[in-house]
Amino acid sequence: MLRKLFKFHGGVKPQTNKTQSTTEPIASVPLPDRLVIPLHQAVGGHPRPLVQPGDHVLKGQRIGGADGNLSSAVHASTSGIVRDVAQAVMPHTSGLTTLSVIIEPDGEDRWCELEKVNYRSTPPDELRDFLRDAGVVGLGGAVFPSYAKLKPGKEGKLKTLVINGAECEPFITCDDMLMRERASDMLKGIVAMRYMLQAEEVLIGIEDNKPEAVASVQAAIKASGETGIEAVAIPTRYPAGGAKQLIRVLTGIEVPHGRRSTDFGVQCFNVGTAFSIFEALEHGRPLISRLVTVAGNVTAPRNYDVLIGTPMDHLVRLAGPRPDTDRYIMGGPMMGVRMPGFDVPVVKATNCVLVGSATMFPAPPPEMPCIRCGECAKACPADLAPFEMYWFSRSKNFGKAQEYHLFDCIECGCCSFVCPSHIPLVDYFRFSKSEIWSREREKESADGARDRFEFKNFRQEREKQEKAEKLAAKAAATREKVATEGAATPAAADGEAAPKPKPSGDDAKRALIEAAMEKARQQKAQVAPKNTDHLAPDVEADIAAIDARRNAAPARAADTPDA
Amino acid sequence: MNNSPFVRKAASVQSVMLQVLLALVPAIAAYVWFFGAGILVQLAIASAAALAGEAAMLAIRGKPKALFLTDLSAVVTAWLIALTFPPIAPWWLTVTGTLLAVVVVKQLYGGLGQNPFNPAMAAFCLMIVAYPALMSQWPAAGQLDFKTQLDLIFGGLRQVDAITGATPLDALRTALRSAANPDSQLHGLRTSQLMDGPAFGLLGGKGSEWIALGYLVGGLWLIRQRIITWHIPAAFCGALFASALLLWGMRPDAFASPLFHLASGGAMLGAFFILTDPVSGATTPRGKLLFAAGAAIFTYVIRSFGAFPDGVAFATLLMNILVPLIDMKTQAPVFGHKKD
Amino acid sequence: MTGIALVLGAVLGFASIKFKVEGDPLVEKIDAILPQTQCGQCGFPGCRPYATAIADGEAEINQCPPGGEEGIRKLADLLGREFKPLSEEHGVEKPKSVAVIDEATCIGCTLCIQACPVDAIVGAAKQLHTIVAAECTGCELCLAPCPVDCITMEAITETVDTWKWRYPVVEIKAA
Repeated sequence: MLRKLFKFHGGVKPQTNKTQSTTEPIASVPLPDRLVIPLHQAVGGHPRPLVQPGDHVLKGQRIGGADGNLSSAVHASTSGIVRDVAQAVMPHTSGLTTLSVIIEPDGEDRWCELEKVNYRSTPPDELRDFLRDAGVVGLGGAVFPSYAKLKPGKEGKLKTLVINGAECEPFITCDDMLMRERASDMLKGIVAMRYMLQAEEVLIGIEDNKPEAVASVQAAIKASGETGIEAVAIPTRYPAGGAKQLIRVLTGIEVPHGRRSTDFGVQCFNVGTAFSIFEALEHGRPLISRLVTVAGNVTAPRNYDVLIGTPMDHLVRLAGPRPDTDRYIMGGPMMGVRMPGFDVPVVKATNCVLVGSATMFPAPPPEMPCIRCGECAKACPADLAPFEMYWFSRSKNFGKAQEYHLFDCIECGCCSFVCPSHIPLVDYFRFSKSEIWSREREKESADGARDRFEFKNFRQEREKQEKAEKLAAKAAATREKVATEGAATPAAADGEAAPKPKPSGDDAKRALIEAAMEKARQQKAQVAPKNTDHLAPDVEADIAAIDARRNAAPARAADTPDA
Repeated sequence: MNNSPFVRKAASVQSVMLQVLLALVPAIAAYVWFFGAGILVQLAIASAAALAGEAAMLAIRGKPKALFLTDLSAVVTAWLIALTFPPIAPWWLTVTGTLLAVVVVKQLYGGLGQNPFNPAMAAFCLMIVAYPALMSQWPAAGQLDFKTQLDLIFGGLRQVDAITGATPLDALRTALRSAANPDSQLHGLRTSQLMDGPAFGLLGGKGSEWIALGYLVGGLWLIRQRIITWHIPAAFCGALFASALLLWGMRPDAFASPLFHLASGGAMLGAFFILTDPVSGATTPRGKLLFAAGAAIFTYVIRSFGAFPDGVAFATLLMNILVPLIDMKTQAPVFGHKKD
Repeated sequence: MTGIALVLGAVLGFASIKFKVEGDPLVEKIDAILPQTQCGQCGFPGCRPYATAIADGEAEINQCPPGGEEGIRKLADLLGREFKPLSEEHGVEKPKSVAVIDEATCIGCTLCIQACPVDAIVGAAKQLHTIVAAECTGCELCLAPCPVDCITMEAITETVDTWKWRYPVVEIKAA
């Protein structure tokens, strides 16, 4: 049956460079001397560390616990000793550090006790908790916790489950090799996901430049006897592997920015994620390794099954990097991120370590002015007008940039790829987005500060008022008391005092004030020493100095006119 | 070191401009064939003036000369000026026009990519207002040999009125106006009869209609090369044809035929090479259609009722003014926000 | 003429009712630019009073050190006034920081709690005080009242969540 496919706007056709790394089967990697496992590897909250330096951990043991609404656990990739739980450089362009667990492998690679689960007999919520604690996240690059996506929409079921095997980025072949070598296991993972999502049909989208993968998946479907699952070859055009673009190609549905695809009856997972779900459910193995393509400036590009936390240079060494290597890129040449060093660890998001050199990926020619030729708009898979967004981003007119749907940009790089003026358009959009986020954070905290400041003023005002009222009430009561006493006494003594109640009232007031002042004096005398009992002599000296300053303060305050 | 993407398509402003220049070659060949090699001299003068003006301005503005002179954008402007000015315009007219375009209309607005108006058309309009006579004298096809043309360009004695006439477009309009006048000899003649003279060819002007065909061929090649899109040429030709058809259909004796309009003056040059200038033109697909249709209607109105021989230049400038508004109002819905 | 005057007068009158603005929009706009640190370095007891003073023309726009140069530029833009460098008598621009209480030294005197303009310090008498870092504006008003000097300012360090991409513009200049 030929399925009707849809087109997405734009897209480009860069050189795919995929054949080089698919000649050899997936290889394993010898244990490194040291694994650096960042605790925060997925979208969502930072997992809290569950181990301490000196602890012995087993392979698959949880070392970072999920924290908060959206968070995913992290596990030891092999058995060994925890050397440190400390800040380590993370695989991110910024070169910043993040809390990581550093493990020295003991060489035994011994698994901890693994807990399996039968997905058909387990309630969905428990299943999701299980996957969260198994650390399963999207392996296509977005690393969104999978458990959070394995929830059908409001209707309790889904029309289409899309499995993303498009792998449109040049050089990367880890999904291709997974589909070639592990199709039947991957398929079992897909069947489990279909069950959890109650999906009617499953479409596995694979770019037509991977005929072996298509054939392998189709054979696996046939062998399994499952129905309603189809492997669909789609035209090769970058970025067909973008989740939104792939959903569009297979179903014709466009999921807008900021909306959930389940609202449209679709959900999309990467093939690698399907495989790790299989591993977690069937064998109880948490996500501790993944397939990584090593390609680019190496003599033997290849795919490896790599433990999370393996330093990249340890891995790249196996593929024979050429001497002029000057950078590692995590991901492909279109969307990959430049690594701050060679020893950063492989993480769950690492689908490819692209080894680069100045000759392989030369710096772009000088940036010329935009001539508004519209090539970028023609290439944009999100139907945006990048040259307009560029103009507003460049002039830091962020409001306008947002009006032109800056946040619908998926940063696929097509615009920069085609620009005849060699403008790094995506850099401008990344800049604008991070600037807008930062301003929103600042505005939020400023608004919060303003509210709290105003509330404090209001509260102080209210307290003052309440105090004044209380005082007034008390004064009235006392005056009454004094007056009745005063009136009683003279009335008993002689009648002369009776016609002059006023002075007696004045006396009463004076007495009141004096009493209050005495009380205040006492209070004041009490305050300072109370706080400073049992202190070291030098601190007491400090306090004395401060007290002196404080006593001087009212005098200063009196000089300043009220604002 | 740069960020992703780390690979790029081999594309540059220079290659875009070079292809535009190549696309002008068929029309230039036809020009030379029918009107002699004088146009080549004009092209050379304009190119030299444009490069000199651009170089001087780049030096003053502290911009890298090698980078911007080799982008060829100044040469494209120069060629468009040479092709729209009369081939026998004196050299200083071409030089002044070119300098105006490059220095004032382009560089003073910020150089490449920053000019709100099409430099060649702005220069044409300024010069036709300043030198209406010199800008309206065109030789007929095959009328002047190369030496005479050189004399005229480099300032021998000018008795241009005696040897040259107006463009066919101009001539026909003058004739049509006379035909409408009861006192004129031409009174009562039909358009087809008026077009019987030596200046007219099959559709437009003799010779000039072949140049128009050259522009068409070059323009279609540019579409094939994905340098320009079909929107602007199609909308311009369509709207010009439709407006001409409307009035011609009502009064064929008083107005020129739609095909005459398409084949004459700057229609083809405008449709494929001038209005398609991305810097000063509309950029959204719907915007391009509106922009070009507007330009066509202005062109037709100016040609039929205005005081100048051709309307393409003025129409271009008028529509250039509207480009920001058109672009803003015709932004296409983005992914996921389409209504269908 | 009289007719026109009457009509225009009516239109203006109507407009003034129809488009009447509540409150003082200028003060709101100025207040929105101010960083809400509430530090009082400007000489006014808080950001809003300073905003009011600017709107009334009683204060210069360059008296807010936390807002820094960018803040002054924004104010200058909004008010159509000339940009001025930050007035030195009001302080210097510092990197954004938060107050941190050394809990070993704190004696629980509550003086800092009273000084904090945004209630970002929690604690009670004779109890240890802690600063809610997320709500601290870095105004430094708690430093002076502390009798044991246990509060220090720590600059906020960049994390991956707050890291920003650089402005990519590289001006092309003649070599």
